[in-house]
Amino acid sequence: MPRLDGRVPFRGGGFAPKDSAWTAATTLIGLIALWQAAASAGLIRTLFLPAPLAIGKALWSLTVSGVLWQNLSVSLVRLGIGWIAGTVLGIGMGLAVGLFSATRSPVMAVVAALFPIPKIALVPLFIIWFGIGEGSKIVTLAAGVFFPTVIATAGGVDNVPRGLIRMGQSFGLSQAAIIRKIVLPAALPAILSGFRVTASIAIVLLVAAEMIGAEKGIGAFVLQAGNLYDTDNLLAGIVVLSLLGLLVSWVIGRLERALLNWR
Amino acid sequence: MSLGARDTMAAASRDMAGAGLRLAVEAVSHAYGALPALDAITLTAEPGEVMVLVGPSGCGKSTLLGIMGGLLTPDMGSVRCAGAISADCLNPLTYVFQDFSLLPWRTVAGNVALVLEGRLPRSAVADRVTQVLTLTGLSDFAQALPRQLSGGMRQRVGIARALAVRPACLLLDEPLSALDAQTRDLLLEELARIILTAGTTTIYVTHNLAEAVRLGHQIVVLSRRPGRVRDIIRVERPLDQRAAADPDLLAIEQRVWRMIRDDAAEADRERLHAPS
Repeated sequence: MPRLDGRVPFRGGGFAPKDSAWTAATTLIGLIALWQAAASAGLIRTLFLPAPLAIGKALWSLTVSGVLWQNLSVSLVRLGIGWIAGTVLGIGMGLAVGLFSATRSPVMAVVAALFPIPKIALVPLFIIWFGIGEGSKIVTLAAGVFFPTVIATAGGVDNVPRGLIRMGQSFGLSQAAIIRKIVLPAALPAILSGFRVTASIAIVLLVAAEMIGAEKGIGAFVLQAGNLYDTDNLLAGIVVLSLLGLLVSWVIGRLERALLNWR
Repeated sequence: MSLGARDTMAAASRDMAGAGLRLAVEAVSHAYGALPALDAITLTAEPGEVMVLVGPSGCGKSTLLGIMGGLLTPDMGSVRCAGAISADCLNPLTYVFQDFSLLPWRTVAGNVALVLEGRLPRSAVADRVTQVLTLTGLSDFAQALPRQLSGGMRQRVGIARALAVRPACLLLDEPLSALDAQTRDLLLEELARIILTAGTTTIYVTHNLAEAVRLGHQIVVLSRRPGRVRDIIRVERPLDQRAAADPDLLAIEQRVWRMIRDDAAEADRERLHAPS
């Protein structure tokens, strides 16, 4: 007959990965150091991939000369206006989908039909409609942000516990009070998750739209640098975009922490 | 508890007292699609009376409560209420939910204030919140978030919120069922005290027969689906004179249990012999 003797082995644990800021920073710094070492040793052709120090120098001279801010400020204005317009309209439409039968199916049909279209493919059409100036770029960004925001907001509203809404109704709260005090705060986590997605989409579309038809902006700057085989400045522009993405992500993180501190 | 605190609670309880409402259910029937839930229910809860609805699972107790509270429309029949309500009553028919239904982003005080905001001046909201939190023993937790509270305390917040609107009729849907036995017993006593002092008409749905005999002036036993009124048992003893080990109350509890048990057994027999 089989026997079981000895200490009971531990079988729990695992499946609980932990974040480590220190490891993350070390990994990035290590990779950059490796890259610099490979470039200094001549293992990488710096015409195709400049060394980190060269990119840093380019970034510094762009900053000092004011060229960086000339381009970045234009991009930030486009990004801000386009993202806010798409977000405001998207949240409004998402609420209409989540709350009212009259708008739910019609809006979702339009969203389902238009969401899969890569918005960058619409840039030529937007240029015809709104001109080569700021209008077409802002509309491209807003369109890219609008559809995911509608979906995130509608999903958030759909997932609001019905019991909370029934509670509001049972206490005779008005529909406006239920939306303002129950539905919106309960849907906020989903809406803020949507912000992370739409901020990334907005940056991608910003660069693409600026590459298609703009004189100023980080996208236009990167394209011009590429055309001139000025890879130092090209990568400096890409580093700025990466930092912009990190900054946006940090701002959204702070916003989540401030607004969702009850979780 | 200090004498001062007791006086404050007594005063708060007196203030809670609103004129009870007579609530009459008249030939109510309801179905969910092809599934009948309630069949020709007729009941009356007199002002200040506690009516407890018991019955086997799925007999339509919560459906009936939803209809009585105006959250569901019956297929047939109606619910009528009659009686004077106090001038400061903000929501005559008020629910207390089984799952507490607290807003997790609002503090205890904020959850209570939710149902008062926009209906009372700001200072009156604050006064009333303080009053009901005192009554329910939550004064020290006014700024706590629901996730920081135990299940029993969360339900106290639900009860405080319900009392804040000075209801003429309280509708409680298994308010203690999500709590552990010890907390349930403690809160049951508090609930009995609050109902007694507030004097509101109360409709109370429960699976727990000890709760039914502890609180009910009339215990309505519903049959299995579709729910019909199988029996109405009146308990004459005043709420403040009921003890857990009272032999008369235990006898009533046994009687109700037999009815429900026989019903459940009959349902099992029918299921066994039903054509597959």
